[in-house]
Amino acid sequence: MELQLLLLFMVFAAVVAVQIEDLLSSVIAVGAVGLGLSMAFLILKAPDLAITQLVVEILCLIILIRATINKDLPLIRDGRWLFNTISTLLFIGIFLICAYFAFKDLPKFGQPTMRVAQEYIDKGLEKTGAANIVASIILDFRGYDTLGEATILFTAVMGVLAVMRKVGRIKNEKS
Amino acid sequence: MKNPEKGMTLIVKTITRLTVGLILLYGIYIVLHGHISPGGGFAGGVIIALSFIHLMLAFGKEVALKKLSQAQASILESLGAIMFLSIALLGFLGGYFFFNFFLHKGSPFALFSAGIIPLCNIAISLKVGAGLFAIFTVLVLFTPLEINRFNKDNGNNSNK
Repeated sequence: MELQLLLLFMVFAAVVAVQIEDLLSSVIAVGAVGLGLSMAFLILKAPDLAITQLVVEILCLIILIRATINKDLPLIRDGRWLFNTISTLLFIGIFLICAYFAFKDLPKFGQPTMRVAQEYIDKGLEKTGAANIVASIILDFRGYDTLGEATILFTAVMGVLAVMRKVGRIKNEKS
Repeated sequence: MKNPEKGMTLIVKTITRLTVGLILLYGIYIVLHGHISPGGGFAGGVIIALSFIHLMLAFGKEVALKKLSQAQASILESLGAIMFLSIALLGFLGGYFFFNFFLHKGSPFALFSAGIIPLCNIAISLKVGAGLFAIFTVLVLFTPLEINRFNKDNGNNSNK
């Protein structure tokens, strides 16, 4: 029940974040979505994910507020609000109909289709010696996945440092 | 405190001086206990980066960059990446990639247990913390003045 309330709150905050005119209020609404997601992870008994989500959300909020605090982008409004509303409702309806038929065939909540997951839960402690089963999975059984994630973060940092660098930037002072 | 105009007010600076060490210590705790309690390398690394960001927001960028400059952050990030990859490659001692090459894994719930998992946590925390701090530093040093001049230049070019 709490999970459904949290999901409704997150949907409402996401709609507010898209629709509001002030940019700073929109950023704070996005932060509300992230904190709601962190509480949802706690309800689903995944404290590792909750800690990571909370901490990364705070970092992203600081960066976003720092980036948007001086700039306010004008909202573009045109006169075709009737057409826009009708097309939005139409696409939401199509999505809901398709999702109703697609989600019926998914396995039930909390019952994974992979048989190997049960083996990780049973043998994790004696094979790796780590008491935290999440650490034993992401750093021992599934080390390749963590290596790929680390590579993604490394590439992202390199990209930001290369785009925002001072050295080699062309100066056109006279124009 | 040498330059009172830099950064935020005196209240924020005093609170920051009291709490920033505790935040750094909590990040290190989360990293080192990643194989026993919830947390791990990624979350602990982000908390370590947040302590330096806290310092930068309160005291201005010079104080934080004196503690950990951008070049040092770059080196630390690459060091973390190389350390993680070399731990993975050391698994070939026992036969395959990411082999847990400590034979005595220690008793569960002890700090020194679980073989390579604490070492991997330390490497990931170095990489994540230094990388995110480098991203934040670059975004702060790219000041709004340059952005305004950039926009003005673009506007002039399009007008021509």
